[in-house]
Amino acid sequence: MTKIVVVTSGKGGVGKTTTSAALATGLALRGFKTTVIDFDVGLRNLDLIMGCERRVVYDLVNVINGDANIKQALIKDKKVDNLFILPASQTRDKDALTQEGVEGVFRALREDMQMDYIICDSPAGIEKGALMAAYFADEAVVVTNPEVSSVRDSDRMIGILASKTRHAEEGKGDIPARLLLTRYSPERVEKGEMLSVEDVQEILAIELLGVVPESQAVLNASNAGSPVILDTDSDAGQAYSDAVARFLGDQLPHRFTTVNKKGLFGRLFGG
Amino acid sequence: MSIFSYLLPKKQTSASVAKERLQIIVARERSTRGGPDYLPQLQEELLQVVRKYVPVDQDAVNIQLDRESGCEILELNITLPEG
Repeated sequence: MTKIVVVTSGKGGVGKTTTSAALATGLALRGFKTTVIDFDVGLRNLDLIMGCERRVVYDLVNVINGDANIKQALIKDKKVDNLFILPASQTRDKDALTQEGVEGVFRALREDMQMDYIICDSPAGIEKGALMAAYFADEAVVVTNPEVSSVRDSDRMIGILASKTRHAEEGKGDIPARLLLTRYSPERVEKGEMLSVEDVQEILAIELLGVVPESQAVLNASNAGSPVILDTDSDAGQAYSDAVARFLGDQLPHRFTTVNKKGLFGRLFGG
Repeated sequence: MSIFSYLLPKKQTSASVAKERLQIIVARERSTRGGPDYLPQLQEELLQVVRKYVPVDQDAVNIQLDRESGCEILELNITLPEG
């Protein structure tokens, strides 16, 4: 049974592509045959994050239009087995994504390619690309930064997920949506400069999948074109690993959410 | 947190301001979510009709659409000024 997961947020720049790359890689590392699809038609970027930008021949719109079949278009990852990338096209045609076309791509990934997971990297906004990425999803990961505009947009996105998916339209109710809080800084939370995990959870009222700390490792990973989850020594890499484990049903305590405790001296006189 | 911060009067942090603002705006946006797109305009026009007879405030009209077991209920609340 193939599971379709949308990684979404509403707001741009919060870490959807970083998360899609990490989640897909994490699932593939655990042996699940996984494809990650870039739905950001016109602004392709997942290929760079996955480090396969020079191997792109065909893209999502080529498959939809029948210029290539799914096998030709999928890029097999060089570092991780079971991992495939389907890049976005660079066309500026807004109507390139059709519901029937996207459904056909999913059918091919399910029936011809026998995928276990399909991760849909949604574009920012609530336009067609974002709606198409979410429409067929069985599950959603909502990526949010602890910052007012991101939280508000995520809430709006959660509302859209509740009404604009096939699940919802068929009267099967909401798809499960879980929160991934990224760029988190426990130090700033402690100083009262940043919304805490608890604050964001209280407002959005969805289950917490994970907290990824603000980390230099994320930029290093995108510089190198290697998903940050492969950087197993880094805090962000470990946080994503934990999130993947939770995604698959493991119960793990959340890490990287508190400041390392200081000694008595630090607590008395520290800033 | 140092020992001195316990002695000073509590100042509201920027994070708590953010949380309060978010709670208010999110609650307001949720109340109109899922409703048809014509609701804001309906509210505006209703307000104009009421104003022809009674001077009322901008937020005197409260309009809400609920779904209950197969039927939709359009709830309309107009607060008229006293006297």
